[in-house]
Amino acid sequence: MEPALVCSAVSKKFKEDAGGRKPGEKWWRGLRPKKKILYAVREVSFEVPRGQIFGILGPNGSGKSTLIRIISTLLIPDNGRVFIFGHDVMEKRLLVRRMINRVSVEAAFFKKLSSYENLIYAARLYDLNAAQARNRSREILERLGFPEKKIYTPMENLSRGLQQKVAVARALLTSPVLLLLDEPTTGLDPKSKRDVQNFILEVQREHDTTIILTTHDMEEAEKLCRRLAIIEDGGFVALDTPANLKDSLASQNGGEATLEDVFFALTGKGWEEAQKDAD
Amino acid sequence: MRISRELRATYAFVGRQFNLVKRYFNWEVVFLFYSVINALTIGLIGVTQGPEAVLYLTVGALLWGFLSVLFHEVGESVSWERWEGTIEYTFMAPIRRLTHLGWMCIFAIIYGTIRTGIILAVVAFFFGISLKGANLGSGLLVLVCSSLAFIGLGLMAAVLPLLSPERGSQATHILQGLILLVSGVYYEIDVLPAWLKPLSVISPATYTLKAARAALLEGMSITALGPEMVRLIVIGIILIPLGLFIFNLGERYAMRSGKLARNG
Ligand SMILES: Nc1ncnc2c1ncn2[C@@H]1O[C@H](COP(=O)(O)OP(=O)(O)OP(=O)(O)O)[C@@H](O)[C@H]1O
Ligand SMILES: [Mg+2]
Repeated sequence: MEPALVCSAVSKKFKEDAGGRKPGEKWWRGLRPKKKILYAVREVSFEVPRGQIFGILGPNGSGKSTLIRIISTLLIPDNGRVFIFGHDVMEKRLLVRRMINRVSVEAAFFKKLSSYENLIYAARLYDLNAAQARNRSREILERLGFPEKKIYTPMENLSRGLQQKVAVARALLTSPVLLLLDEPTTGLDPKSKRDVQNFILEVQREHDTTIILTTHDMEEAEKLCRRLAIIEDGGFVALDTPANLKDSLASQNGGEATLEDVFFALTGKGWEEAQKDAD
Repeated sequence: MRISRELRATYAFVGRQFNLVKRYFNWEVVFLFYSVINALTIGLIGVTQGPEAVLYLTVGALLWGFLSVLFHEVGESVSWERWEGTIEYTFMAPIRRLTHLGWMCIFAIIYGTIRTGIILAVVAFFFGISLKGANLGSGLLVLVCSSLAFIGLGLMAAVLPLLSPERGSQATHILQGLILLVSGVYYEIDVLPAWLKPLSVISPATYTLKAARAALLEGMSITALGPEMVRLIVIGIILIPLGLFIFNLGERYAMRSGKLARNG
C-alpha cells in the first residue's frame, strides 16, 4: 500500500539576522544586520504508513516545526521532496492542501471572533457548509470536553487549553487524511492534555487518520506514537518504536532505560552535561 | 465542482470580514466619524471661495477616503493576518489565491462604497449642497472603474509585507503618500513642480479624480466620460493580473525564505 507520507532527503536552511546592534556600535549598523546561514532541517528522510501516529521529538530549535511546515506546504524545501499519498506537495499543492490540516503550538485565531465564527470560517474555506460545520464542530468540541456555552465567547477570552481544543476541532472539522500536530498539548493542564490525547487516539482509530505529532512530553510520545523519530540540529538521529529505542539504549548501558534517557543520550548531551551547560 | 467550490469560499471571506466589522463596530463608528470630520474641515477651507471650491475640495476628500479604504483593506490584509497569527492557516487553505484576494477586494469595494455614501450624505447636508446638478450614476461608475486600478495597486502593496514583515508596511505607507501628493486630490496637478508631473500621469488616481469631479461638479454623463473610464478600465486590466502575478511571486519567495511566519 502507498505510504501516507514520504519525505526524501528534505533540507531547509534560513538566512538569519546575526543579532542586533551591540551596545556602543554605531546605530546605522543595525539598519543592515549581517546575515548568517542556519541549517534548520538536514537531509531528513522517512516514510509513514497510513493510519500511523508518528512522533518527532527534539530539543528547542532542532527543526521540528520547520519540518511540519514543509510537509504542510507552507515552506518550500531547498532540497528533497515530500509526497502525501503519492502527490508531490509542491506540484499538487491545492490537492494536497485539501487532504491535510495542521494544529500549531500557538492558537492561530481571529481573537475578537468567537470559536464558532472561527470554526465556520475554517469550514467554508474547506468547502463545508455552515450547517455541516455546526454539527461537526459541536460533536468534536463535546468529545474534547469543551463547555458548550463558551462557543460564542470571543477567542481572546478563552483559556489556552480551550483555545487549543478549538484548534484541534478546527483541524478535525475538515476530515484530513493526514493530520499535522505541532505540540498540540504544550501548555495544557493534565485534564485538558488527557482530553486532547484521548481524542487524537480516537481519531486515529476511527478514521484511520495518519498523524504526525511533535512533542516535548516523553509520556505523551510513548502513549500516542507507534514510531518515534528523534531530531537533533535538523537531522534525524534515531527512528524506531518507543520500545526498541529504549531497549537498544538499555542493552548498550545494561539495565533499564526510559525514553527520557534515550532523548538525552541521542540529543548529544547527557543530563549532567545539560545541567552544567545551564549553570 | 471547481467553480462552485471557489465561489463557496466567498462566504468564508465575506462572512469573516462581516463578523469582524461587527466585532470592531465601535471602531468603525469612530473611523467613520473621523472621516466625516476630515471631509468637512477640508470642505470648509473652500467656503470663502464659493460653493464651487467647496464641492471641488469635498469631492477630493471623499474620493481620497474611498481610495484609502480600498488600498488599506487590500494592502494591509496580509500584514493584518500576520499580526493576528492566522496567516498560515489562511494561506494553507485549499483555495486559489485569486479567490482569496478577489473576495477581499470585492469586500473592500462594497465597504468603501457604503462608507463614502454615508460621508457624502453628511457632507451634502452640512454644506446644504444640492446634488441635483451632479450625475450620481456617473459618480458611482467612476468609483467602480477606479477600483480596478486600485485593487491592482493594492495587490502589489499587499505582497510587500510578505517580502519583509516590517519594511513592507512602511513601503505601503510611502506609496500611498506619493499617490496623495501627485494625483491632484485637493488641487490641479498644474501646480506641481515639473519634476513631479510624470508621476501624476502614471497615477490612476489622477484620472479618477478628474472623472469624479466631472461627474459630480459638472454633471457629466457616462457617455461623455467614456474616454476617462476606458482609460481607468485599461489601467485596471493591466494592473490586476500584474498585481496577482507579483503577489504569487512574493508568496513563493515568502515560502522559500520563511517570511510567512516563524514562531513555534
Ligand atoms: N522562518 C524562519 N526564519 C528564520 N529562521 C527560522 C525560521 N523558522 C525557524 N527558524 C530557525 O530554524 C531552527 C529550527 O526551528 P524550529 O522552529 O523548526 O524548531 P523546533 O524544533 O520547532 O523548536 P521548538 O521545540 O522550540 O518548537 C531554529 O534555529 C529557528 O530559529
Ligand atoms: Mg516548534
